[in-house]
Amino acid sequence: MNVTIVDYQSGNISSVINSFKQVAKDKVNIKITSDLNKIKLSDKLILPGQGSFKSCVDSLNRINGLHDALKEFAIINKKPLLGICVGLQMFGDVGYEESETKGLGWIPGKVTKIDNQNGKFKLPHIGWNEIEIVKESKILKDIQNKSHMYFVHSYEFVPGDKSVITATTDYSSKIVCSIEKDNLFGTQFHPEKSDKTGLKVIENFLNL
Amino acid sequence: MLKNRIIPCLDVKNGRVVKGINFVELKDAGDPVEQAKIYSNGGADEICFLDITASNENRETIINIVKKTAKNCFVPLTVGGGIRTIKNITDLLLAGADKVSINTAAVNDINLVVDASKKFGSQCIVVAIDAKNISKNKWEVFTHGGRNKTGIDVVEFSKKVEKAGAGEILLTSMDRDGTKSGYDIELLKMVTKNTNIPVIASGGVGTLDHLYDGITTGGASAVLAASIFHYGEHSIKDAKEYLNSKKVPVRL
Repeated sequence: MNVTIVDYQSGNISSVINSFKQVAKDKVNIKITSDLNKIKLSDKLILPGQGSFKSCVDSLNRINGLHDALKEFAIINKKPLLGICVGLQMFGDVGYEESETKGLGWIPGKVTKIDNQNGKFKLPHIGWNEIEIVKESKILKDIQNKSHMYFVHSYEFVPGDKSVITATTDYSSKIVCSIEKDNLFGTQFHPEKSDKTGLKVIENFLNL
Repeated sequence: MLKNRIIPCLDVKNGRVVKGINFVELKDAGDPVEQAKIYSNGGADEICFLDITASNENRETIINIVKKTAKNCFVPLTVGGGIRTIKNITDLLLAGADKVSINTAAVNDINLVVDASKKFGSQCIVVAIDAKNISKNKWEVFTHGGRNKTGIDVVEFSKKVEKAGAGEILLTSMDRDGTKSGYDIELLKMVTKNTNIPVIASGGVGTLDHLYDGITTGGASAVLAASIFHYGEHSIKDAKEYLNSKKVPVRL
């Protein structure tokens, strides 16, 4: 099996690479590339994302044909794709970080700033928080409800159709932290930095 | 609920840990890679390396350590010490660091914080502030590992780095550092009340109660400590169980 981590200059992806390689061992071939052909020929994709929504979308659009290649992979051919953090947020229609920016538009919804309730909640939401599993999800298989995952973000994905939500976390309000829609998976938390539980999410994705 | 983080900090000099951990299973007491692994397996919420190597030529050394550590460590890794340029940050992140901590360079040129947080995202930019008490409720920023005074007020500077895009503040009390008499709670209170980004308390931990005070009274989101963990007085697990028994939310 060929699994590709999409390298589109979206910030620091070393930890994503290390963790996927750790779980994959010799069983799965992990590639890191922005080569459109290699992406199209992969069996699974990981779309990481760090920094702002706008900077990630801009970086993605800077690579000619990448947007279409991802669409062909995930929407037309319906092959498994995992978005992490801003990678997940970009599934939405629009984001409001820095300025209003169009997302990939794969899952209806918007990306808005977490309500800090007049300073009651510090932003970014940094650290370990419990996830509340609200619906069965393939990538959360064998993960206990209330497990801790590592978060670092100030914006949240608010999907139009709540049925895609598989887990939430409590910070100011119930923040969407895991989604599944057919072959599309996304986590707001960083599985690559969430210790053994996070590695389990990665394993689940590789085992799909 | 978001948990308060416990962060062991390892001082690294010329590729070796200056203060060692007193663990029996440790094969090499001075190897930062192995120590980080032990902390990570022991439940540390993050790991922090502070490179106190004086010379610039040694940057490759810390980068190699980060590379090796990141391969086996699946909790966030922060690296600080001697970071002056975007290139320094890029090198560390490519090696596998998740965050960098900027100290002197942030005072010299706040634009480094602005540029770095734009380029890499606020989530990986920590500004480390070394604070010294100068009069009642007044603290001054010091740089160059505490050697140079700047005349800059700590609270004003904290607001400035928040505005510049820092994701967190690592606040060290120079008065308390190494004394084991507890964090400077007044300093912590002052900074946590005047900023809206997470503050990591540092400097002075001698007992587990000090961690408790830093979080509950000081308002810190995370607590950093070195010697109480290194010398085996307490494990990360002890610290977490203690805090949990006193109703402080931690990841057990």
